[in-house]
Amino acid sequence: MSERILHLQNVKVSFATLDGTVEAVKGVNLHVNAGETVAIVGESGSGKSQMMMAAMGLLASNGKASGHVDYRGTNLLAISKSELNDIRGAKITMIFQEPMTSLDPLYTIGDQLIEPIRKHQRLGEADARARAIEMLRLVRIPEPERRMRSYPHEMSGGQRQRVMIAMALANNPDLLIADEPTTALDVTIQAEILELMASLQQRLGMGMVFITHDLNIVKRIAHRVYVMRRGEVVEEGETGELFAEPKHPYTKALLEAEPTGRKLPVAPNARRMIDATDVRVTFRLGGGFMSGPPLELRAVDRVSMTLRQGQTIGIVGESGSGKSTFARAVLRLLPSEGAITFENRSIQGLTREQMRPLRRELQIVLQDPFGSLSPRMTAGQIVTEGLLVHEPSISRAERDRRAAQALEEVQLDPSLRNRYPHEFSGGQRQRIAIARAIILKPKVVVLDEPTSALDRQVQKQIVDLLRELQQVNNLSYLFISHDLAVVRAMADHIMVMKDGRLVEQGTPDEVLEHPREDYTKRLMRAAFAE
Amino acid sequence: MTDVTLPSAAKGRSLWADAWNRLKANKAAMVSLWYLLFMGIVCIVGPWFTPHDFTTIYQDYTRVPPSLSAYPKADAIDLAVKDAVQRSRLELAGWEEKDGKVYITVTSAKPIDPRVTRYIDRSDVFEGAQVVETSDDKLKMTMSADFKHEYFFFGTDNNGRDLLTRTLIAGRVSLAIGLLAGLVAVVIGVLYGAVAGFSGGKTDEVMMRIVDILYSLPFIFFVIMLVVFFGRNFVLMFLAVGAVLWLDMARIVRGQALSLKRQEYVQAAEALGVSPGGILLRHVVPNLLGPVVIYMTLLVPQVIILESFLSFLGLGVQEPMSSWGVLISQGAKNIPSATWLLIFPSFFLTTTLFALNFIGDGLRDALDPKDR
Amino acid sequence: MLRYVLRRFLTAIPTLFVIVTISFFLMRLAPGGPFNQEKGLNPVIKANLERVFHLDQPLWQQYLLYLNNLLHGNFGPSYNLPDFTVAELFADGLPISIQLGGSALVLALVLGGMLGIVAALYQNKPADYAVIATATAGSTIPTFVIAPLFQLFFALTLKWVPVGGWGDGAFVNKIGPVLTLMLPQLAIVARLMRGSMIESLRSHHIRTARALGLSEYSVVIKHALRGALLPIISYAGPAAAALLTGSIIVESIFAIPGVGRYFVEAALNRDYTLVMGTVVVIAIFTIVFNLIVDILYAVVDPRVRYD
Repeated sequence: MSERILHLQNVKVSFATLDGTVEAVKGVNLHVNAGETVAIVGESGSGKSQMMMAAMGLLASNGKASGHVDYRGTNLLAISKSELNDIRGAKITMIFQEPMTSLDPLYTIGDQLIEPIRKHQRLGEADARARAIEMLRLVRIPEPERRMRSYPHEMSGGQRQRVMIAMALANNPDLLIADEPTTALDVTIQAEILELMASLQQRLGMGMVFITHDLNIVKRIAHRVYVMRRGEVVEEGETGELFAEPKHPYTKALLEAEPTGRKLPVAPNARRMIDATDVRVTFRLGGGFMSGPPLELRAVDRVSMTLRQGQTIGIVGESGSGKSTFARAVLRLLPSEGAITFENRSIQGLTREQMRPLRRELQIVLQDPFGSLSPRMTAGQIVTEGLLVHEPSISRAERDRRAAQALEEVQLDPSLRNRYPHEFSGGQRQRIAIARAIILKPKVVVLDEPTSALDRQVQKQIVDLLRELQQVNNLSYLFISHDLAVVRAMADHIMVMKDGRLVEQGTPDEVLEHPREDYTKRLMRAAFAE
Repeated sequence: MTDVTLPSAAKGRSLWADAWNRLKANKAAMVSLWYLLFMGIVCIVGPWFTPHDFTTIYQDYTRVPPSLSAYPKADAIDLAVKDAVQRSRLELAGWEEKDGKVYITVTSAKPIDPRVTRYIDRSDVFEGAQVVETSDDKLKMTMSADFKHEYFFFGTDNNGRDLLTRTLIAGRVSLAIGLLAGLVAVVIGVLYGAVAGFSGGKTDEVMMRIVDILYSLPFIFFVIMLVVFFGRNFVLMFLAVGAVLWLDMARIVRGQALSLKRQEYVQAAEALGVSPGGILLRHVVPNLLGPVVIYMTLLVPQVIILESFLSFLGLGVQEPMSSWGVLISQGAKNIPSATWLLIFPSFFLTTTLFALNFIGDGLRDALDPKDR
Repeated sequence: MLRYVLRRFLTAIPTLFVIVTISFFLMRLAPGGPFNQEKGLNPVIKANLERVFHLDQPLWQQYLLYLNNLLHGNFGPSYNLPDFTVAELFADGLPISIQLGGSALVLALVLGGMLGIVAALYQNKPADYAVIATATAGSTIPTFVIAPLFQLFFALTLKWVPVGGWGDGAFVNKIGPVLTLMLPQLAIVARLMRGSMIESLRSHHIRTARALGLSEYSVVIKHALRGALLPIISYAGPAAAALLTGSIIVESIFAIPGVGRYFVEAALNRDYTLVMGTVVVIAIFTIVFNLIVDILYAVVDPRVRYD
């Protein structure tokens, strides 16, 4: 192909921390040709972001980089700050994962766009403004003239990411480094941004480095791929070849990490566990002395559902669609209106005390494996907390035994039960959270995005574990996720929610293969586009 | 399946243990910890071992500078002899120092009573005075006396009291007030803040409004009013000072309580059916402890400063009791003639404050390592 | 923006009212009175004095009377300094306190701010440690230790400055008071600035600015500093109110005829009008500076303007 524009040779990055030096990148070689899209794939902590940050001179103050980062004959690690500043933003630019915080909240979009244009192209104020407006138009921001005067907090996440792209591309760079630019966005917006980036890359002919953990994206846009793990490149190659014939076991594992299999539907006459009819949840925002009447927000609007024994209902939708709120309302963790029955007994209107004995039957596993475990309790204490409530009579030794047993059921070494949450990995922590729920032998478990915070490979293991537990204990699941691939593998019935309403439901085949609603189609396209 | 033999469980590293290890690695904090311990012991035990009582007045040694060697010094002897003789209403014929004793010769128009030796003994400088020689007409007498050796390592104050003992006694008072008033402030603040944070809604709004108003009252006014109400009472000082400084604590705890309430592990506990009491006990209190401990160590020096400040103004601890603030106030009035009166108590106060600050900073770094 | 300022201003009035009310009754509930101290005061004279000052009336009437006077800008006479009205005392002393406190404040903000920025830019390097050490010393050593030590060294030993006194505002007389007032504030400002600057420099939008190749000057001054100023602004408001209304410690040690000493003296002597006058003055300063803080905040941070 054409000439090499960026060449990393033996790049190492280390961080000085309180607990000693941590090597994040251990000698990586990598290159990008002009006009080419290179993907760097790896799990969180693989060093993929830090490596490119190092190349751009953007490491945190405790970070140190060594090796060569060659840009058209200049070693970026060896030149002075002001020399580097003539290259950054003009020749090489970078956009980031966090669209909400990557723009300066104190200046208007216009100010922030104009400043780098003036600096690098030495244009006057008016020319720079014209160029900025042109860029906003290019990234398809509506009413660019008016938007120039907006502050970042007045825009949505997707729009801000567009502005970031406009800022990065305003000086016609050779190379754009994109660090997970779509990860923090909703799936439908993700697709739009990706499409925008791909079309701009073709139109402007620049090279692109795309850092991601999402193999779907790689397949869609990259020419070549580097697979990183624990600070090293374990495999590299043309995208097609790599996907067809992965050589390194890690790459194979990554490619196979997509959860597979389908769940068989339950018998139509299986026991009804939960019936929810016309559930409504309303939040009141603000209100109070001197600030006027409260704002009413209908978070869930007339959603009905029947969950049978052994069934898994998947609820999908974007953030803010009300899917979590609905599930919590069903468990009576939030006040709601509408009828809710559990095993044909109405639970709507029961007091906290009356609900307490039912809590062991109705369990929940939360999304964030770091936030959902009390940091100052041991794994054993966390797992057995429910027993303190529901079987207060059992002895400490018996509780300890039960904790060990529960940890074994979720395939964790029971000898780890005196460890604290921070000593476990994300996947292990999610197992502890699952153990905490199943130790009570519940009948219904709400799984609120239980795999979203985990790496792909770990996700797959947790999905397998959840399935196994369901079979052994004949559990009913309410599975909430925005990840359609996981839902497809887990659920035998899918509900699609948008803006608090149920827009579509049916079997996975009906909903995912033949979506009726526009919204579902868009979700599908974004998630499975080949 | 049910018959699991329990494997021996490895011990976990709790966050507390982590924090303790980090604190141990912090040299400034550890040195400060030892220094503070040393200071505490010296102030508590020290006054029993110093050669003087903190109320004893040595009239012959007012404002003597600090010295490692014993008093009296040569130039003080002459003065002390003259003083003593003058008090006995006799004429001084002369004195000499020989073999570590002083020999004083006195004359009088009337026969001299041998009991005049008691005038010599009454001086702070001499002891064991006895008659050596009396002339036949009893109009002239020579007495001998031993020197009473006194050590004033820190010198003495305007009244002739030993500054070392007084500084240590003052340290007892300042440290005790610091700890107790700090505790009062923490207890009030934690209770108030926790109630506000967990009740939320209107209760929270009203309670925090009250805190806001108390904040906007001039701070000194508030303290002075409390002192005026309670009188200049040593014990009530704790309450007054503590009652003023709880506001920050209340705000911190409320903020923590609000954020804890939203933590996923609290939600998870609610989903398990754990009662509010259980949530408070197992989830909230242990997680609140960190910020409270940090704030408490930073509060103690504030209390000590506030107490010293009030004492400096004459509103705090009253004579003959003493605190570092009282001593510094006296010291400030006596420069330049008696700089030691300022220097020693200032040194004690300042180093203690430094130590407390380093410990507080160390604890914050140890318990909340993100902060740096 | 104007509405925002106006609303802030209107909410300040009830606050002032509450402060005046609480202070009034707190003061009156305290045991003793303005004319009890002077022993042997003829009961008839005492009664006369109390009648002159309306102290014989029911408390609520006195309260209403005081409020009425206050609304007309009348602070009343001082009970213990009978030749002066409270307003005259403040007219004499306040300019002096403002001069000293204002100089200290400006110096503390400028120097402390610069030290904090330097420390943040050279985090964990010698310059940073030097700033931290200075800040720790400044915020740990109490004023009533610094002030006499200053006198001892610079006035009595080196004889560079007079020990104390106002000296009709001569420059050398101001050095000691201004420095001792400034040091603790400088320490706090430097610490705050360091912390908020470090946080600001770590924020994502600074990373963006660097990735776009903006000059280090623009990154630090235009982008990082502006955001980092917010905590300093909120600190400076109350600090300004406290500094400008005088410090009893500094004024008594350096024998400065400011207003700082009135508070304690007046409270102890139950000089009700003078105490209330001081409370009102401090409260007004506090309210005004909080208002300025709010306005500056809105100027710096556009997100605030819309709340």
